[in-house]
Amino acid sequence: MKKFIQGLKDGLPIALGYLSVSFTFGLKTVISGMPFFASLIISMTNLTSAGQFAGADIILAGGTILELAISMFIINIRYFLMSFSLSQKIEQTINLPKRLIMSFSITDEIYAVSAAKIGKIDFKYFMGLAILPYIGWSLGTLLGAVSGNILPETLRTALGLAIYGMFIAIVIPPAKKSRSVVTVALTAIAISLLFRFTPVLNSLSSGWIIIIATVGASAIGALLFAKEEENG
Amino acid sequence: MAKYIFVMAAVTYLIRMLPLTFFRKQINNIYVKAFLKYIPYAVLSAMTIPDIFYSTGSVYSALAGLACALILSYLEKGLLTVSLAACAVVYVFEQFLL
Repeated sequence: MKKFIQGLKDGLPIALGYLSVSFTFGLKTVISGMPFFASLIISMTNLTSAGQFAGADIILAGGTILELAISMFIINIRYFLMSFSLSQKIEQTINLPKRLIMSFSITDEIYAVSAAKIGKIDFKYFMGLAILPYIGWSLGTLLGAVSGNILPETLRTALGLAIYGMFIAIVIPPAKKSRSVVTVALTAIAISLLFRFTPVLNSLSSGWIIIIATVGASAIGALLFAKEEENG
Repeated sequence: MAKYIFVMAAVTYLIRMLPLTFFRKQINNIYVKAFLKYIPYAVLSAMTIPDIFYSTGSVYSALAGLACALILSYLEKGLLTVSLAACAVVYVFEQFLL
């Protein structure tokens, strides 16, 4: 129970960030002509931001199923990497049904919080961590979809930063203590900026840019620091 | 519409489910272990910069929020504290300074 509650606490900032992002999703899709329940069901069955925005755009534009499937695959392929990384981080004894449930809620934020946690991750902690973000994501979509202005604009724009504030709080403390984490973080930022602002390179979708930055920076970190990590 | 929504959900779920469910081996290679250890920090850094600058009403309020988050997380405050304080700074900044 203690672990579940710790999970809930760690999940609250994620939930707040999700509330504002999914609010935008609900609002945007309904304005573009999607029935509100379709928007809500997409949020409740996908629990992902970039993929949903792209997927909804394709549906609304009358795209094909194949186009939709390929876009979802490309934008979400980073979860494959995260799921793989998490397979090394969770208690080995967690059984199949529990793994099937946990898999559903691997998002960038939920993954990152659990991966940065010290020690192994158990089922209860992970569920505690995932439940508020799931509620926040669904509720935000519903609110955005049924009414345009429950949250005042000023509050909504301020909450837009919530997710990033949390990211920073995850990265900085270990970066203070470890040269390797600083190097990896700065490398990832450099790659991300390079791809975002260089002509031609910036035609890649944000999903790909994140994958390239992640794989590139982590690989450089591993090459430079693997031996050091092992010894100390 | 239902078919489209089902395909979206299925593709997203399968990508997340396959490695976690079927990869049970513990990896011992030091390079792979280090690589996996760095992924969260790399992902979060790449997602934060430059997106954070466009996450609020203006780049300036975002910078104020970023500064607040950097200082508080350097002091090792918790996730919720850092996140809410940064949002509060953005709110105050946008209300009174812009």
